[in-house]
Amino acid sequence: MFHLSRKDQIKLAIFALVVVTMPIWLAPLGAAYPGLMQKFAIYAIFAIGFNILFGLTGYLSFGHAAFLGVGSYTAVWSFKLLTMDIVPALIFSTLLAGVFALVIGFFSLRRTGIYFSILTLAFAQMCYSLAYSVLTPITNGETGLLLARNDPRVIDEALGAGTVGGAGLPTPALLGNTVSGYFGFYICAALLILAFFISQKIFASPFGLALRGIKSNQTRMIYTGFNIRPYMLAAFVISGMFAGLAGGLLSVTDPIAGAERMRWTESGNIVLMTILGGVGTLIGPVIGAWVIEYFENIFSAINKNMLNAAFDFLPDGVQNLAVTVLSKFVGEGWHLTLGLLFVLIVVFLPGGLVEGYLKLVARFRRGRGTKPEAGGK
Amino acid sequence: MSVTSENAAAGNAANGKNIVLHAADVIKNFGGLRALSDIDLQIEEGKTHAIIGPNGAGKSTLLNVIIGRIAPTSGAVVFDGTVLTGKAPHEINQLGISRVFQTPEIFADLSVLHNVMAPAFARRDGSFRLNMFRTTAREAAIREEAESLLNDFGMWDRRDDHSGALSRGDKRRLELCMCLIQHPRLLLLDEPTAGMSRHDTNTTIELLKKIKLRGMTKVIIEHDMHVVFSLADKISVLAQGRIIASGLPQDIKEDPRVQEAYLGGAAE
Repeated sequence: MFHLSRKDQIKLAIFALVVVTMPIWLAPLGAAYPGLMQKFAIYAIFAIGFNILFGLTGYLSFGHAAFLGVGSYTAVWSFKLLTMDIVPALIFSTLLAGVFALVIGFFSLRRTGIYFSILTLAFAQMCYSLAYSVLTPITNGETGLLLARNDPRVIDEALGAGTVGGAGLPTPALLGNTVSGYFGFYICAALLILAFFISQKIFASPFGLALRGIKSNQTRMIYTGFNIRPYMLAAFVISGMFAGLAGGLLSVTDPIAGAERMRWTESGNIVLMTILGGVGTLIGPVIGAWVIEYFENIFSAINKNMLNAAFDFLPDGVQNLAVTVLSKFVGEGWHLTLGLLFVLIVVFLPGGLVEGYLKLVARFRRGRGTKPEAGGK
Repeated sequence: MSVTSENAAAGNAANGKNIVLHAADVIKNFGGLRALSDIDLQIEEGKTHAIIGPNGAGKSTLLNVIIGRIAPTSGAVVFDGTVLTGKAPHEINQLGISRVFQTPEIFADLSVLHNVMAPAFARRDGSFRLNMFRTTAREAAIREEAESLLNDFGMWDRRDDHSGALSRGDKRRLELCMCLIQHPRLLLLDEPTAGMSRHDTNTTIELLKKIKLRGMTKVIIEHDMHVVFSLADKISVLAQGRIIASGLPQDIKEDPRVQEAYLGGAAE
């Protein structure tokens, strides 16, 4: 059950090392603060789950934000009603998102291709609208679902454990330890490594082989005796549960749940992350998630003053020109940079950044093969 | 026509032959067009049964009725005591019927070995199993069976290749492996040599003869007479949606109605 091939073991070890050492290698990039690293880990989990559906079966869901949102709300409700401990919160987030995925998937999977995408989008938008309107008692509408001091928290009450956090609002905790800062990041990191491991298991399993078969040739699958519908539904539910876990973690690290997490832009974001990194590869979606989160949080914070400082060494006129041009691409303009990057990748590297890396490696190897002395330098 | 089928039925009863598949009184209309009328076809266990006929005679329609892709207007197809009418294609496969397509249907994105292993999982695990925590590469029994099959078909050294890159002839061989690993009780072949060179055709005939040695029941749809007379134990001739003759290859060759309808009276 826990077996991995030698290659996968090495991949998992390297991956775990990279994730755990994030605070070190993100420091020079200016992104080594816990709040952001938590997001890196959470969106990577979301992307890994999405890739199990989109990467293996080729079915493009445009509604995965719904499951992210369901996970967020569930976790906050678990904090409000049961306990501030994060374990039940995350379990319920994952399970309830799975139930939503089962229902949405059951209907959406009656169609394929663009119709499937549109159906998932419609369901997600429905969830989004409902969260803002009739479901306000559950979602607290535009304000977002917040914790309050006088929430029942029956389990905490029964155990007589006073709310963690003293006089202010209670804070999420793991077995009595407040989840915040680096501790929060390492919880997310551990779950990310677990998610990566599960994804490796699925990729290498007969179940994963069947999902790839569905992507490759449905006619052959049917006439080979596979019943496609339950395979697709299982993949859809699993990927929905990953999204639910990610949503739950968003609430764990910041216990406010709002409907904006269900917006279609959020669904689109996860599609971009997966394609940018490399659809159907193990590591691609993670890299895509990190690149986009980095752009969104760091690139968008660069302003004219920082550019001026960076180009200080240039003569005045050139400096002004450089700053004027570049300022369009950073700060508010980060969407422009990201959009251009996305276009370039889809046109030149349809396999995403992972394909680019593999091409580079291949070129380097070929170069070494023909000119061994060049490689030695 | 009806005389022929009655004779065949009587003969089978007398010899105690085991009928694997029986298409009884099958009629198929497409709008006002009658594609199949009063088809009565019996496939004997262990035999290679060829269905021949000119273009538009209804061969492919008949095959599609058998595998459940098309529902007949009336009549029924019975496989080993089970009525196939109304069953989904994957259910029909699970009963033991595998199919080779006119254009090879393979998993072009997967390796050759995985192409052969996937159908074996469908056979072992049924139409659905959430087999998430086992490793494909460690399913030793299935892997060995797939590799030995590939070896028999001369493709073992290509097992890790991308199957989309195979030649047409190799794709056909791969598709045959994919069907054979399921140990089907009945193998349906839809023009297995269509569009092949003479050399590839002969190789395919040799392969199919190998399967014949294993005693597998086969239905083969073909219009290449060379292929038909090399392989078939029994031939049914389809013309304008009816079976006009059914019998041993030698009898079919000499049947005047067949020569008129299909061989154009020019054979021999």
